[in-house]
Amino acid sequence: MNSLFRLSVTGVVLIFAVASSNLSAQEDEGRYERTDIEYGATVYAQYCVICHGDNGDLLPQINLRTGQFPNSPSDRDLGNNIRNGLPGTAMVPTEYTDSEITALVAYVRNISSVPLGSITLGDSVRGQVLYEGKGECGSCHRVFGQGPRSAPELSNIGAIRSAAQIERSLLGAEGSLIPINRPVRAVMQDGTVINGRRLNEDTFTVQLIDDQERLVSLEKSRLIEYTILTTSPMPVYEQILTDEERADLLAYLLTLKGLN
Amino acid sequence: MSSIKALLLPLLLFVVQNAQAQVSFERILNATDEPHNWLTYSGNYSGNRHSELDQIEPGNVNDLQLKWVFQAQSLEKFEATPLVVDGIMYLTEAPNTVTALDAKLGRVFWRYEYTPSYQSRPCCGRVNRGLAILGETLFMATIDAQLIAIDIVTGQPIWKTAVADPNTGYAMTLAPLIVKDTVVVGVAGGEYGVRGFISAYEVDTGEEAWRFYTIPGPGEPGHETWEGGGDAWAHGGASVWLTGSYDPELNLTYWGIGNPGPDWNPAQRPGDNLYSDSVVALNADTGELEWYFQFTPNDDYDYDSVQIPVLVDLDTRVFSSGKLMLWGNRNGFFYVLDRTTGEFIRGNPFVRVNWASGLDESGRPIETPQPAGATTYPCVGGGTNWYSPSYSPDTELFYVSAWEGCGHVFRPVEVEYLPGQRFLGGRPTYANPGAPGLPSLFRGPINNWTETEGTGAVIAIDPRTGGERWRFNMTDVTTSGILTTASNIVFTGGREGYFYALHAETGDLLWRTSLGGMIASGPITYAIDGKQYVTATSGNGLFVFGLRE
Repeated sequence: MNSLFRLSVTGVVLIFAVASSNLSAQEDEGRYERTDIEYGATVYAQYCVICHGDNGDLLPQINLRTGQFPNSPSDRDLGNNIRNGLPGTAMVPTEYTDSEITALVAYVRNISSVPLGSITLGDSVRGQVLYEGKGECGSCHRVFGQGPRSAPELSNIGAIRSAAQIERSLLGAEGSLIPINRPVRAVMQDGTVINGRRLNEDTFTVQLIDDQERLVSLEKSRLIEYTILTTSPMPVYEQILTDEERADLLAYLLTLKGLN
Repeated sequence: MSSIKALLLPLLLFVVQNAQAQVSFERILNATDEPHNWLTYSGNYSGNRHSELDQIEPGNVNDLQLKWVFQAQSLEKFEATPLVVDGIMYLTEAPNTVTALDAKLGRVFWRYEYTPSYQSRPCCGRVNRGLAILGETLFMATIDAQLIAIDIVTGQPIWKTAVADPNTGYAMTLAPLIVKDTVVVGVAGGEYGVRGFISAYEVDTGEEAWRFYTIPGPGEPGHETWEGGGDAWAHGGASVWLTGSYDPELNLTYWGIGNPGPDWNPAQRPGDNLYSDSVVALNADTGELEWYFQFTPNDDYDYDSVQIPVLVDLDTRVFSSGKLMLWGNRNGFFYVLDRTTGEFIRGNPFVRVNWASGLDESGRPIETPQPAGATTYPCVGGGTNWYSPSYSPDTELFYVSAWEGCGHVFRPVEVEYLPGQRFLGGRPTYANPGAPGLPSLFRGPINNWTETEGTGAVIAIDPRTGGERWRFNMTDVTTSGILTTASNIVFTGGREGYFYALHAETGDLLWRTSLGGMIASGPITYAIDGKQYVTATSGNGLFVFGLRE
């Protein structure tokens, strides 16, 4: 099982059922990743349950379990309405992160199949210990001014990446490395080699952070070699951490929501 | 090869090998020694917005060509001054987004987009005027009154400190000032009845080091200038929304203070209302007041003294002290002060003024209030405003962007203070029927207010006499700051969207280009690989010029 959340046996069965049945009803909306549904359940439990209830049917005439949302025909609409609220109702604007919106949409679309109490996050405190210790994440990543800059900073990773995206990165899944973050190698006309991580690129120039942690901007016409590497330097954590440890690490990463 | 270019070559070789070297306090102290960089809002601690670069000079300025443009995503006024450090530009755009760019090519390394609280309510635009830098950290003051430290390489925040509560009208729009190991800011909110202050924060942690309230509390010297025994002082404004200056020899940091509130009804706040409309000199280590000078006591007109304090050393045969402060004030007078003591040396109007007939020997205005319904000069916008002036040590002239012939009719209105609500006490109008009630903060492509709002000018003032050396007139008013260079060029612009190069000695127009949008910040200059660049913001773009190759 790849899920990084801990579920009861019942929860696991039901979530597989989600994948096989409920998703078919939402094909035009794309797929809901199991990790996002699970994270959505925890966000729902934190923010939504007080009005909508454990089963999503606490409010009169508003039963989330029906899957009918007249004001939200698309997932984008549903996410906007969750974030911005509905004027004239008790649904007030709330400053959710993008990650939380992705998760809430995934959960609400599948609420009828996922018992709320069946899901618990990993332990973020243990996850932080793993980040700094066994996982060695801090040897490449930086959080709130601490750590090297060679890999992308993670101070707000829990806000800008969905739970499922972070999970795929930890598992080293193909495509999990965002293209602009790819490692690059450039050779200047004088033979100087610059290795770094790509930050930006256009037809004529490329911007990167080099292995000396410097911002470097290069004109391609002045390079004799420019290579974009497709392999991620990040280790595959499926082989390094247990399922439980990865759940803890994910729980910690989801707490990193920047300072906004 | 000019002397400066000769100086630059070894410097630039150094830059290539040491990109992203830390910006130490010593580097900022000696900013004029590395003119290829722009390390603070005003270019250096003296606040003179003058550069020693001289590659672009009167003989070749007509060879300027556009090198690149940065298009802001925001449609707000573009009031920011960028920083440039060793080939990298750090730029803010409204409301609080930071972008790091390759200053030679204009391409973006990273962006940090801070979303201010919905509760933020700056009076006059969701603007930001720039950053401070120290070490490997940038500092941004936000319109919801937060101070944020940002990593210069990753563009990610390191810490955030709440400076004040935006719910009651506090905001920050200024670029912070680094002094030693602190970052100093001030709060806006003079139109909401805040109690203004200047405060310093430890650069490593964001912990507050000191705070100076710009309105003295009960028992403090100056509190008696809020007469009547009420609580007018508690919501009397005196905000701070433009960057101060710093004299390392005196260890004093100087800040201009904004209007008292309510803006246009002085009867609600009898007394001189210290330290509104003043300059304060603070001990840079403790924030304790060393001296103050008030330009406009018990202000009737919203004449903020929020201008850049320009620190100048001039021949002591003319002045009692060679350590001077030059100040083109919103109230229409140009002042020369002794910056060691705050002593008034001279002052005279630089635009049409009728709210005072002059200044007495202490510098206090001899007020001549106009009859009810009559027009007062200058208008609310002032003889000048926050637009950065410049001083050239080569010409020994002070250059100020001015509004000439702009007047308003002021009609005070009683207003109740309500936290977080506008606290203005009236609404100035033009004498001309049908004319707009306040100077627009924007302008469109059609100039439909000239003659009611006055005209613009760049005025060169000789601080030895207070007299005008030359004037460059514009049909529309100007919101542009001014840059001078060692090659005797004055770079400036205006609301009309022109970007100008004027001769610093004569005011002759050397070059102009039409950028198509209001210029609302001060130009800067820098150099990379031995080539000088000059920037202007216009509309929603930052335009960078260099010599044709």
